Amino acid sequence: MVVVGAGEAGAGAVTALREGGWTGPLVLIGSEDSLPYERPPLSKAFLVEEPPPGPRQILTSERLRELRVTTFFGRSALSIDRSRRTVKISGGANVPYERLLLATGASPRTLPPKYGSAQNVLTLRTHDDAVRLRAAIKPGSKTVVVGGGFIGLEVASSAVSRGASCVVLEAGPRLLTRAVPEVLARLIQGRHEEAGVQIVTSASITRIEERAEQTLIILDDARVFYADMVVVGIGAEPNVKLAEAAGLSVDNGIVVDETLTASDPNIFAAGDCCSFPHPLYERRLRLEAWRNARRQAITAAANMLGAHQIHDDIPWFWSDQYEETLQIAGICPDQPAVHRDLGPKGTVLFYLDHDSKLVAACGFGSLGVVAKEIRFSEILIARRLKLSPAALADPTMNIKSLLVG
Amino acid sequence: MTSGENWVVACTVDAIQPAEALRVDIGSRTFVVVRSPDGQFFAMDGHCSHEKVHLADGIVDGNIIECPKHFGTFDYRSGESRALPACIDLKSYQVKVEADSVYIRV
Ligand SMILES: Cc1cc2nc3c(=O)[nH]c(=O)nc-3n(C[C@H](O)[C@H](O)[C@H](O)COP(=O)(O)OP(=O)(O)OC[C@H]3O[C@@H](n4cnc5c(N)ncnc54)[C@H](O)[C@@H]3O)c2cc1C
Ligand code: FES
Repeated sequence: MVVVGAGEAGAGAVTALREGGWTGPLVLIGSEDSLPYERPPLSKAFLVEEPPPGPRQILTSERLRELRVTTFFGRSALSIDRSRRTVKISGGANVPYERLLLATGASPRTLPPKYGSAQNVLTLRTHDDAVRLRAAIKPGSKTVVVGGGFIGLEVASSAVSRGASCVVLEAGPRLLTRAVPEVLARLIQGRHEEAGVQIVTSASITRIEERAEQTLIILDDARVFYADMVVVGIGAEPNVKLAEAAGLSVDNGIVVDETLTASDPNIFAAGDCCSFPHPLYERRLRLEAWRNARRQAITAAANMLGAHQIHDDIPWFWSDQYEETLQIAGICPDQPAVHRDLGPKGTVLFYLDHDSKLVAACGFGSLGVVAKEIRFSEILIARRLKLSPAALADPTMNIKSLLVG
Repeated sequence: MTSGENWVVACTVDAIQPAEALRVDIGSRTFVVVRSPDGQFFAMDGHCSHEKVHLADGIVDGNIIECPKHFGTFDYRSGESRALPACIDLKSYQVKVEADSVYIRV
């Protein structure tokens, strides 16, 4: 068994393969020169805590030894020979496989070159990126974040928490356009503004330049922002070059079926690079979410060992900003929601389908309150129970009691 | 305090319903007291070992308490971690019930 990509999904898969009973050779290939680590802390605890915590490892070298994994870290998979079933890796070796998992993740989008270039423009994906960013967001320094999505807003929250100033430039008319309903996005915006972050929506950048020690960001309405560090958080593209070159089907991610098998029955994909059909939604999904990577790794590993498991985990995502958490279960549709107002502790929105079954829920507020609401919502979504909007909206009603249907 | 050393009142018996958990702060320490579905009481350190999150905000299912943040799980009877990403066990504490109070041996 060979796994390409030593991130969340790849690390989870080698563990699941051994725990699932695979006793033969197990190889993990990762282009980063480090043990697999968790990315979510990079925009949160790593930027804020004093002293900075080390990378939070998913697998230690001891655990890798215990699992008898042959590792190639700091080496990239360059090509796949599907007829010979080998993977060529940098440095020259050809690694044979019986089954192959592609867990290559995603790479941050960068600004188009027409905007110009500057030294202090960074994207945030790796530990090394986070080390550079942390060094720049000192008290009194200026950070400009391009993109009002999750990573940008987490960086903004971390920057102001460390005493840096921060401006968020968002091209769209509001924050978090992709996954978060407007009501919550407005609440989140309010929280950032309260903390001193300047949010500029409908911002259209025309140029980025370097002048003296600072970087200038110029908008088309002639507004100019100065920064010691510019962080670009405008989404990520799945890493599919390897799959594409091998002739696998690719469409916004490596195309797999519901068992996470790619268009070659010996090749599987999991995590941010994977485009999969979800039985609950009438379209393919590609999620850039930590739990999705973990859970898909487990399904893919089981299926690499001959099971036929369908991946039907309810999508789930969280983001931390300030002391608050945002959690989402399911995919929030563009339709009116049932609101549950939990006062200062938060707000939760529920989405029902035409049949009064819950399809998604999201909440923003204190972890203790929001987490429970969203966790039980996730169970309600999976059980396809019919629910009453009035009960969902009633903040005095314990959501757990709905589980008995 | 009752007889014996280091027994501290954590809460009253009716403060926790079966299959629920309660955060209990004693001095500077935080515990989670869990009432199992069949009504028994257990206690562990109150923060998840993955990040510093209050476990009492998570859900109790069978012998397991699930962390509200990333769903790491612990066996609340022993403190043993059961599901990643929480891979470090928590310390569990002896518990006794006297009259209508729950005591932890800290
Ligand atoms: C800063 C940051 C904060 C985040 N915060 C959250 C959050 O709060 N909540 C949440 O749900 N999600 C969050 N995420 C998303 C989450 O981290 C990802 O969804 C998850 O890491 C995806 O795992 P993966 O294994 O698919 O990809 P990755 O973790 O990116 O791993 C892929 C690995 O494959 C390697 N690779 C790629 N191509 C090759 C090749 N050809 N050969 C060898 N190796 C290769 C890459 O170098 C990389 O190490 C965050 C992500 C980032 C970057
Ligand atoms: S904080 Fe408990 S599992 Fe992450």
